Amino acid sequence: MGNKVSSFGKVFLTLGFIFLYLPILILIVFSFNESKLVTVWAGFSTKWYGELLQDSQMLGAAWMSFKIAFLAASAAVVLGTMASIIMVRMGQFKGKVAFTSMITAPLVMPEVITGLSLLLLFVAMAQTLGWPAGRGMLTIWIAHVTFCTAFVAVVVSSRLREMDASLEEAARDLGAPPWKVFFLITLPIIAPALMSGWLLAFTLSLDDLVIASFVSGPGSTTLPMVVYSSVRLGLSPKINALATIIVLLASTGVLMAWWLARRAETQSVKLPTHH
Amino acid sequence: MSWGQRSVISVPYLWLTLFFLVPFVIVFKISFSEMAYAIPPYTELLSWADQQLTVNLNIGNYFYLFTDDLYVRAYLSSIRIAAIATVICLIVAYPIAYTIARARPATRNALLMLVILPSWTSFLIRIYAWVGILKNNGLINNLLMWLGIIDQPIAMLNTEFAVYIGIVYAYLPFMVLPLYTNLMKLDKSLLEAAADLGAAPWKVFMTITLPLSKAGMIAGSMLVFIPAVGEFVIPDMLGGAETLMIGKVLWQEFFNNRDWPVASAVAIVMLLLLLLPITLFHRYQARELES
Repeated sequence: MGNKVSSFGKVFLTLGFIFLYLPILILIVFSFNESKLVTVWAGFSTKWYGELLQDSQMLGAAWMSFKIAFLAASAAVVLGTMASIIMVRMGQFKGKVAFTSMITAPLVMPEVITGLSLLLLFVAMAQTLGWPAGRGMLTIWIAHVTFCTAFVAVVVSSRLREMDASLEEAARDLGAPPWKVFFLITLPIIAPALMSGWLLAFTLSLDDLVIASFVSGPGSTTLPMVVYSSVRLGLSPKINALATIIVLLASTGVLMAWWLARRAETQSVKLPTHH
Repeated sequence: MSWGQRSVISVPYLWLTLFFLVPFVIVFKISFSEMAYAIPPYTELLSWADQQLTVNLNIGNYFYLFTDDLYVRAYLSSIRIAAIATVICLIVAYPIAYTIARARPATRNALLMLVILPSWTSFLIRIYAWVGILKNNGLINNLLMWLGIIDQPIAMLNTEFAVYIGIVYAYLPFMVLPLYTNLMKLDKSLLEAAADLGAAPWKVFMTITLPLSKAGMIAGSMLVFIPAVGEFVIPDMLGGAETLMIGKVLWQEFFNNRDWPVASAVAIVMLLLLLLPITLFHRYQARELES
């Protein structure tokens, strides 16, 4: 195919990136706006960042969200990795179809359904078992672990499938027990995928408004819940300032992870030449 | 199967059964109860009194859903809006995925990264960004009025148009990714063979590339369509009063009316409507996960 397609493609790609990035760029620009009006420029100022840092409700919610996201991502990586090993390495077993459905369905399940169903579960459990006693950080954590596990499983299982299984076989043939094979051979090879899975789960948890709104209780307000209630009252440059900080943190984190993963990949490709 | 294998399987299996499968059973159960001013705000299905077990199955909630015009219209318009947005997404994403798949390997990674990067920043805030752009005194209207193209602001925010923009904007990466993965797996020799035999580029595309990327198109479309049907944040922030979407109806039924049984019935019907697309997505994803 000639250059015609590629120049058409370039134009489309450029337009696509403008569409994806322009709104974010505008958001960042107006976070430095002097005026309270978010859409009229009135000079440069960093006062909204100052106000943001004094907003104790926002900071408290951000801290709560970070704690939940960290704990949820960590648990989701463990469960998601186990799920991937089951799907990729364990062959057929009774109930495998049901298992893969429970891994793929949360990826597309509308959040209002997940949120409502988990809330009703927690209420029913509290009624019959007396646990969890109230709704708060714990229930949000459980909800987040559940849907993040599915995303981690997708990321990790694709890496597991690409991985050369002969290394594991060799270790097994030499008499290593399964847990040793996993921790010494498999885990180091799939480590970059675990990291991307963890980051993905962390972001998904940090970002969730709908599910957390259903399963949270008094005193457990997460950052998206505060942002949502403030946005409902109207646009605020303070939210723009928050957005700028989030964009900055997220892009640094992702670019760093991407760079590390690529470095690990090129190293693992080079590995055979060391012999 | 060894003891070790069994325990590795049981942990995620039990977790997902308890926190993903069982909740649906409970939603189903509560959709047959009645709203009550109590904690929790619904009646029990089973009651035991005077050595009699009474089962109170209330199908009134479902009856209500199909008699009150609001719900039927909300389901239909959610499906319509999600379907149209999915098609727009596909049309926008295909050329992007195609171009990236044909780029040099080094550029390919960077371009893919650029497509995914926005989804790592807050979803809520990316939707919020469009409020400032689409408002009556927002950036587009200000720009057009400043240029003298219009003298009255065009109403864009709180319309269905804004909802389409929001869905396409938020879900674009979910369409690009499976399309890209699919196009990467395409057997290049087929394309070369067709070109060598004298087929025109568009003909190669229409007869080989497009049919072979069907699986990617289906996966991407389901990844956009299914969550979009139940979307709450986008119609709430960008849509208007006349933009009916079932996710928002469920939210209001739960949080504003506090009617848990009706909210449950709304969820069950939504789930039934989505069963076919979810099965379609699962079939594709299961092949991907196991092959």
